[in-house]
Amino acid sequence: MMLNIVNKSPFASNSLDSCLSTSAPGSSVLLIEDGVYAALSGRIAETQSDFTYYALESDLQARGLEGRVPDGVEVIDYSGFVDLVADHDRVQSWL
Amino acid sequence: MSQNVKKFCYVNRKAPYGTIYAWESLEVVLIGAAFEQDVTLVFMDDGVFQLVKGMNTKGAAMKDFSKTYSALGDYDITKIYIDKESLDERGLTLDDLQHLTWEDENEDWAEKDSIHLVDRKALGALLEEQDVVLSF
Amino acid sequence: MIFGIQVNEGPYTHQASDSAYHFAKAAIEGGHKIYRVFFYHDGVNNATNLTTPPQDDRNIVNRWSELATEHEIDMVVCIAAAQRRGIVDADEAKRHGKGGHNLADGFRISGLGQLIEMGIEADRTLVFGD
Repeated sequence: MMLNIVNKSPFASNSLDSCLSTSAPGSSVLLIEDGVYAALSGRIAETQSDFTYYALESDLQARGLEGRVPDGVEVIDYSGFVDLVADHDRVQSWL
Repeated sequence: MSQNVKKFCYVNRKAPYGTIYAWESLEVVLIGAAFEQDVTLVFMDDGVFQLVKGMNTKGAAMKDFSKTYSALGDYDITKIYIDKESLDERGLTLDDLQHLTWEDENEDWAEKDSIHLVDRKALGALLEEQDVVLSF
Repeated sequence: MIFGIQVNEGPYTHQASDSAYHFAKAAIEGGHKIYRVFFYHDGVNNATNLTTPPQDDRNIVNRWSELATEHEIDMVVCIAAAQRRGIVDADEAKRHGKGGHNLADGFRISGLGQLIEMGIEADRTLVFGD
């Protein structure tokens, strides 16, 4: 399955929306950089049945979002990021 | 050079000229053609604007690279997928875009359409078949 | 696993170079290999040796140079993108009559083919950009 990486805030860019409307159900979505602001949008809760969500810890921390991660989003560090890439067959960055 | 043939997909989601990504990604596609991999191009979101007909960059004093797309067929780039939803959102149809073709040497050089209009779910399935997905 | 990493943005303006660096470092610490880090678009600006960032902030260029040297990572700067943006090694400076050159340690300038080759040879290719 695909590991989708989203690095843009859903309030600023359509990258997350395009990712979610395109990607095959069962794929994973990793939020990094400003993509972690998706934690504050309802999109994660709406789409959790189709996608497995991850968020990069250091990017959440940098933006003061650590306490605001929706249930079901797994917070990972860079070592977890590396494992995710290794465990998925392919990677797509939604820039 | 490795004997592997991998499926390479170039995903274009940005408009031309406002940023350089459209042109510099095309440069990768052209150079990449020499490696004889299994190549697919995807245009979605503002990326569909890259193929709009009738561009004239003279006033903007920028290099007009729009003709390069029509040469893609000569570089064995025959699979170009365009997201219908992105066109609809932007009030465009295929008629607004360049008509890109390639010549099939296995069918007496018959001219065929390179462009395929697809919905997002079909695009998602297509992406799941790829080995390498490059975004710009 | 062997990873290929593409960096599309320059230092400081976007977080892409930071993210790519931390990923590369974690991959190495996890026992994986980096086939190549390929710098494209404004990513070539990670390779200038002329930056003087503030002392209390990370030195992005030096950090890449040190990682590359310590772990023998192949860091390639695309020649076409570099020519457009003024990232020049000694050979390029001579060839084009430039007054100086600025390629930082650990980087080399080469063609776009290196990016495709990276995609072919690596087990996984990922892109950091805007």
